[in-house]
Amino acid sequence: MSLQDVLVLFPMLAVGFVSILVLLAAAFARRHGLAAGLTLAGFVVALASLGLSWIWTPRDVGGLLTFDRFVIFGMGLVLAASIFVTASSWAYLRGHDEARGEYYFLLLLASLGAMVLAAASAFATFFLGLELLSVSLYTLIAWKRERGAGAEAGIKYLVLAGATSAFLLFGMALLYAASGSMEISKIALGSAGGASTSDGIFAVVGMGMIIVALGFKLAVVPFHMWTPDIYDGAPAPVTGYIATVSKGAVAVLLVRLFVPIGSDSFVAPGGTGAAFPWIFTIIAGLSMFVGNFLALRENNVKRILAYSSIAHLGYLLVAFVAGGTLAVRAVSFYLVAYFAMTLAAFAVVAALSTQEKEADMIEDYTGLASRSPWLAGVFTASILSLSGLPLTAGFVGKFIILSAGAGAQLWTLIILLAVNGTISIFYYLRIVSAMYRRREGTFEAGGVRQPFLAGLALAVLTLVVVALGVYPSPMLSLIGLFTGP
Amino acid sequence: MILVAIVAIPLLFGILGLAFGVRRPAVSRWLALIANIFNLALVALLWIVYYGLPAASQTKPAAAPWLALVKWPWIPSLGISFSLGLDGLSLIMLALTAFLGIMSVLASWTGIRDRVGFFYFNLSLVLAGVNGVFLALDLFLFAFFWELMLVPMYFLIDLWGHENRHKAAVKFFLFTQIGGLLMLVAIIGLAVVHGMASGSLSFDYRDLLGTSLSPVMGMLLMLGFFAAFAVKLPMFPFHTWLPDAHTEAPTAGSVILAGLLLKTGGYGFIRFVIPLFPTASRVFAPIAIALAVAGILYGGFMAFGQVDMKRLVAYTSVSHLGFVLLGIYVFNSIALSGAVLQMVSHGISTGALFILVGFLQDRIHTRDLNRMGGLWRQAPRMGAAAMVLAMALVGLPGLVNFVSEFLVLLGTYRVSVVVAVLAGLGLVIAMVYALRMVQLAFHGSPREKWVFHDLSGLETGVLYVMITLLVVLGLFPQPILRVVDQVVAGVLGTVGGGA
Repeated sequence: MSLQDVLVLFPMLAVGFVSILVLLAAAFARRHGLAAGLTLAGFVVALASLGLSWIWTPRDVGGLLTFDRFVIFGMGLVLAASIFVTASSWAYLRGHDEARGEYYFLLLLASLGAMVLAAASAFATFFLGLELLSVSLYTLIAWKRERGAGAEAGIKYLVLAGATSAFLLFGMALLYAASGSMEISKIALGSAGGASTSDGIFAVVGMGMIIVALGFKLAVVPFHMWTPDIYDGAPAPVTGYIATVSKGAVAVLLVRLFVPIGSDSFVAPGGTGAAFPWIFTIIAGLSMFVGNFLALRENNVKRILAYSSIAHLGYLLVAFVAGGTLAVRAVSFYLVAYFAMTLAAFAVVAALSTQEKEADMIEDYTGLASRSPWLAGVFTASILSLSGLPLTAGFVGKFIILSAGAGAQLWTLIILLAVNGTISIFYYLRIVSAMYRRREGTFEAGGVRQPFLAGLALAVLTLVVVALGVYPSPMLSLIGLFTGP
Repeated sequence: MILVAIVAIPLLFGILGLAFGVRRPAVSRWLALIANIFNLALVALLWIVYYGLPAASQTKPAAAPWLALVKWPWIPSLGISFSLGLDGLSLIMLALTAFLGIMSVLASWTGIRDRVGFFYFNLSLVLAGVNGVFLALDLFLFAFFWELMLVPMYFLIDLWGHENRHKAAVKFFLFTQIGGLLMLVAIIGLAVVHGMASGSLSFDYRDLLGTSLSPVMGMLLMLGFFAAFAVKLPMFPFHTWLPDAHTEAPTAGSVILAGLLLKTGGYGFIRFVIPLFPTASRVFAPIAIALAVAGILYGGFMAFGQVDMKRLVAYTSVSHLGFVLLGIYVFNSIALSGAVLQMVSHGISTGALFILVGFLQDRIHTRDLNRMGGLWRQAPRMGAAAMVLAMALVGLPGLVNFVSEFLVLLGTYRVSVVVAVLAGLGLVIAMVYALRMVQLAFHGSPREKWVFHDLSGLETGVLYVMITLLVVLGLFPQPILRVVDQVVAGVLGTVGGGA
């Protein structure tokens, strides 16, 4: 391994190193501020050092990890989201007595896993990244053990993610049998397609199994069953983390698998034929409908956001199916927008939650606008963005996805998207409407005091959501830079 | 720059009002009022610059279709620009917006006491969105403003409305949203088709004019636009959100809904559907005409059956906007001029009626016609205003409603006698429901003992200014018609309609 390799790997090394540091620090000085501060510093340093990796792109490290511009983009997303989650966790955990150092250790480890996943170029790193992410999440999800829902969610995720890993491994084995290669890039470009029929079947089944595994992580229909329980049971910042980082890293990998940069269309990997666009079309359509319909009658905000995330991944897949450069840009932009609005939403949930009670029911938000107008403003912006209304990132994101879909003549999918955009309004409005109603009965004086850091994170996220909706050009240029040839 | 100011001023003053409204509600009221007066002054200035004083004899405006243009790059990589354009039609609509803006601020001067700053913030935001819709020349920008009107309007209904406000607000939102999103899909589809033919993606209206489309594609895209505007107008049978939304909205909300938001639908037909899809529009015209006539008659019958006074007025909107749709789709200049004028006259007269009903409800806390009766003795000023406005519903000569409906019927008669006769029946029904409303509310013996004051000075002023305007325009419609004529000629030029 050369020095350059080390420098390119620096962001990952930094996160890994800081995670050990946090664990060690937690053993000696159990101070919340120390752990959170170290974590934050680690993420910031890693994010900054992505510039270092940028210098030597594209570069392959040991045949296991690849660093091209799109990977750097994905890792940047992961790290930026991790910073916001850390800020929000800090505010959230201040009111809790549980061990805190370990929480941040796990957070760092999960982010490391997500980064490896985004950059994976071989099956080994693919699996390693996914497991690192999953195993850290098991514990994070069950963080509030005394809450029955927390433990249940943790176990549920453990069992399902375990089954998923089995699928993934089996799929990888079959693909290896068919192509004789463990490298993602070769499979992605279809150059290793099997000649004989049996190889073809192996490849199709193997790829199908990998799609099952990725679909589980993305929580798209029909692999979405776990989502509401886990969103509900996990602590709010962790939920935000699952909704963004965990899904974002997988989405980046998915794009690298199926829509390699520079190709003009959707590529069926490993000579597996034209079946996969159809599979993703069906998954996209189902995700939109199932997600939105299940959310309609839900009263739990975290569960609503869970269902809404299912639908949003469905929207994302519309652009993904379209294929081509514009589609990669659409996916990238939507990921940024989705990250910002989802993180903002969960940061508000986290800010309102206390040791005793997660702020998860719609009633908890009644009258929020008069109790703490700023938090209500942030939540309104993020919810309106999720519902795709103008002045927010969601509107522009949806527009770009529709454009990508129209460019590929996917009329059915984009009309389904339009219909679903309308259905989703119904449940988003219930939340917004509750916030601006008068609270009857007990009146809680005073708003929620936010620590400076968490407040800053909320402000930045809101600013991003609005800025992307008002003037998306800089972000589009930036994405153009990362997704360029 | 003035065009940008017209959109930005309500927005800016709304935000200021929100900031000051926390401590001093009165400030936000004044700010909203000043913003609208300022806008009206700007529009008047533009009118005088481009068309001369209304009293002056024919001063020919410039030949170019666009009187003023603004174009700034916005999202260049997608061919989107911040592009505003003013022509006669926009000018008329902007004038109506500013005028009704002032009226709705004044009408809610004393009625709104809860979260005043936020109320005027939403009101201003709707007005900014409406102004944007009337000016946008970039289709993405148009969709942007189109959707921008929704949220604040939703808040106006949901927070300050009457008994069933939550349900009505959601219904309003869902109906308009599905239309809006289908339009968004159609906009993108049109831009993509145009982009494939020309090699560069553009959402500029002027680029997209004259895009050649296959008949099927043209029809599908046209229907996408049609869906948005038909819901907003509202066209029968997509009108069901309207009675609920109008009834439950606070007075200012109803005024803006009826006076302006419905007009964005009519504006959309004239500005976008017909010029962009002339062939498909021709093919679709018989259906549109049939639905327009159905709306005129159905709205009238439903209005006749209502006991809720506000709901009654709401259904008359369905009926009267049927005339707008009819006037647009018979494709001749007389009817189209009538349609534009009808938008103005309906905006003012129905706006005034909603204000009147609002004042009445503030006093007796009911809109049930069966509980009123004999109110004239209590409130003669209110009764007189109601009588004049009822006559406006009927389209009595001397009021601008007569001119517009007459023009639409005249134009329709040239195309189809049967349709004209059927639509004319709408006026007969109007007579019945208008008189029934006045009779039940203001005449006869009182059914319940109401004690309340007649209109205050401010309230009288608001109503009488609107009534005066109806009369003045009814007697001298020429200043508006002169502006309309040029727009009409341009639109009909694209579709090849007769004189």
